[in-house]
Amino acid sequence: MTFGLRGVSVRRGGVLALQDVDIVLPPGEVRVVVGGDGAGKTTLLSTLAGALRPMEGEVLRPEARRIGYLPAASGVYPDLSVAENLAFAAAAYGSRGAQARERRRMLLARAGLAGVEQRLGAQLSGGMRQKLGVIRAMLHHPDLLILDEPTTGVDPVSRRELWWLIAHAAAEGSAVVVATTYVDEAERAAELLLLDHGRTLGSGTPQAVAAAMPGRLYAGDDPPRGDAVDRAWRRGRPWRLWCPDEQAPGKGWREVRADLQDAVTVALLRWELSRRGGAA
Amino acid sequence: MWAMVVKEFLQLRRDRRTLAMMIVLPLMLLIIFGYAASFDVSRIPTVVVGPSAKAYAQRLEKPFALAGAYPAQGLAAARRDLRDGKADVAFVTGGGATRVLVNGADLFTARAAETAVARMAAAQVDLPRLQAQLRRLLPPGHGDLFHTPRPTKVDVLYNPGLKTALVMVPGLAGVILVFIGTLIASLGVVRERQAGTFEQLAVMPLSPWDVLIGKIAPYFLVAAVDLGLVLGVGMWLFDVPMHGSWALLILGALLFLFVTLSIGVLISSVSQNQGQAIQLAMLTVLPQILLSGLIFPLSSMAVGVRWIAYVLPLTYFVEISRGVMLQGQTVADLWRPFVYLAALGAVAVTFATLRFYRLLNPAAGRDRHRTSAAGKVRA
Repeated sequence: MTFGLRGVSVRRGGVLALQDVDIVLPPGEVRVVVGGDGAGKTTLLSTLAGALRPMEGEVLRPEARRIGYLPAASGVYPDLSVAENLAFAAAAYGSRGAQARERRRMLLARAGLAGVEQRLGAQLSGGMRQKLGVIRAMLHHPDLLILDEPTTGVDPVSRRELWWLIAHAAAEGSAVVVATTYVDEAERAAELLLLDHGRTLGSGTPQAVAAAMPGRLYAGDDPPRGDAVDRAWRRGRPWRLWCPDEQAPGKGWREVRADLQDAVTVALLRWELSRRGGAA
Repeated sequence: MWAMVVKEFLQLRRDRRTLAMMIVLPLMLLIIFGYAASFDVSRIPTVVVGPSAKAYAQRLEKPFALAGAYPAQGLAAARRDLRDGKADVAFVTGGGATRVLVNGADLFTARAAETAVARMAAAQVDLPRLQAQLRRLLPPGHGDLFHTPRPTKVDVLYNPGLKTALVMVPGLAGVILVFIGTLIASLGVVRERQAGTFEQLAVMPLSPWDVLIGKIAPYFLVAAVDLGLVLGVGMWLFDVPMHGSWALLILGALLFLFVTLSIGVLISSVSQNQGQAIQLAMLTVLPQILLSGLIFPLSSMAVGVRWIAYVLPLTYFVEISRGVMLQGQTVADLWRPFVYLAALGAVAVTFATLRFYRLLNPAAGRDRHRTSAAGKVRA
C-alpha cells in the first residue's frame, strides 16, 4: 500500500508550518524531504507519524504498530543501555522470538554497534545514537519508516552505515521517508520533496528537479557585482550565478549545467527573492 | 503496558540519586518531624518578682522552670525579662492577686502556660471551706444546692501521654507518600519531553492507559516500601500503637497513593519542564501539609479554608491513618474518608488519562478525523 500526504496543511503555535503539501511514499522506495532549518520537514514527518494533527488534507499511513519513527532528537533513552532501548521498542511493537533477536543482532553488527550493547544511551557518540535510533525504528519491519534527519552531525563512516540501514529497510519492502539538510543525500532518493517555509518548492526525481530549474546557471572565478550579488553563491572556490532570463552576465562567466545541488539552491533563492519582492 | 512498566523500572533503577532520595527522605522526614515537630511543652522558663517571690517560687510545679526569683523587683522587670527572652512566664506577686505575664509570641508555650496557671489557680481554691461559708450566708434549706463536688477525673483515650509523635507519625506517612507520589512522579513525563523521547512514545502502539500505569508503577512500589519503612520505624522509635486493622490501613494507603501518583503524573503531563513540574507539585503538596488537619485541626479553620482541605487527599488519609492506628476504627467508622478518597482518585485518574490521551493521540484530536481500516486519516 502507498502511504503519504495529500494537500496537508498544519498549523503549529499559530504559524502555518505546512501548506498544502503532497508526498507519495510507495513501498520499497526511499523518498527524501530536503530543506533548510524551519522548512517544515519535522512537521511533515511528525504529521505522517501521527504525532501532529493536520489542519486540512489527507494522511495515509498504516496503523501505529506498522510505523517506525526516528524523531529529530533520536528518541534514544539516555539512561537505558543499547540493549534495553531495543528491548523496549521490541516489546512495545510486539517483536519477539528468535527471529527478532537474530534481526537485532544483524542490525547492530551492520551499524557497527556490536559489542556496545551494555553501554548507556548517554554514553554513545552522536553518530552511534542516531544509528541506534534508526535500528530501533526499523526493528519491527515497519511498513512505513519515517526518519527525521538521521545523518545530521554524523561522521562520513557512520553516514555510510546509516544509509546502508535505510536502503536495507527499503529493500525489505518498507516505504521510507528521510528528512535531511544535505542535498547530496537527496540524490540517493527515488524522489525528493523540496520544502521551504512549509511550502513545496519542487518535487520529483533528482534528475527531474535539476532539469526543471528555470533560467540559466553560470560559473566564474570572481564575485559578481551589483544586483547580481543576490543571485550568486560559492560552490567550492568558484562562484555560481543564476540568471532568471536569457541575459548573459558578461565576461568571466561561463554557462554550466545545473545539478541537483544547484537546482535546490536556485529554488531556495527564487523563493527568498520573491518574498523580498525581487526579480524572480 | 508491560514494556512501559519494565522501561520505567529500569530508568528508576539507574537514577540512583532519586532512588536514594526516595528511601532516605522519608526516614529523614520521620525523624525530623517525630523528634523536632513536637507540640508538647514540658518546660517553661519562669521568673517570679515582688515581695512574695521567694515563697511563690518554692511552690512552682512543672512545667514551670524557675529562671529567677527577685523579691526586690516588680512589673517592669518582669516585662523586661519576657522581652529579653529570659523567661516565657513571669509571676508578679504582691498587692493582692498575683499577676501572671505570658509571652504570647511563643504560641504553644503560651497555651501550655495558660492551662498550667488555670490548673494552679483551681488547686488553690479550698472548696469545702467555700461551701461552709456559703451555707452560713444562705437561708436554711438552700444549702442543699451546694453539693461537695467530686474530684473530676480526666481519662485521655488513645494517646494518654498526649504525645505529639503518636499523632504525627500516622499522618507523616501520608506526607511522605505525598512527597514521593506528587513531587517525584511529576517529573516522569517532563523527563521524556526534555530527553526528546516523548514524541516517539506518542507514535508507539501504546495506549494512554499503558503509559499512565507504566509511569505510576515503579513509584507505587517504592512508595509502598517507604510506607512500610516509615510505619515500622515510627512504631519502633516513637511507640506508635496499632489498634486497628493492618489491612484497612494498607488499603487506605494504597488508595491514597494511587490518588497522589495520578496527581503527580497529571502535573507532569501539563508541565513543559522540570522547574514547572516542581513548582506545580509544591503548589499541591504545601496546602496538603498545612490544611489536612495534620498540624492544625480542621475545626479551627475558617469555613472557606476548610473546604479547600476537603478536596485535599491527605485530609482523608490523616483521618484514616489516625483512626486505624490510634483509635482502632473499622470500615464502619471510616467509610466516609474512603469514599471521598476514591472519588478524588477517580477524578485525578480521569484527568490524567484524558490529558495523556490528548498528548499521545494528537493526530486524533478534537476535529473530525476519520481513520479507515487502512489507516487513512482525513482532516
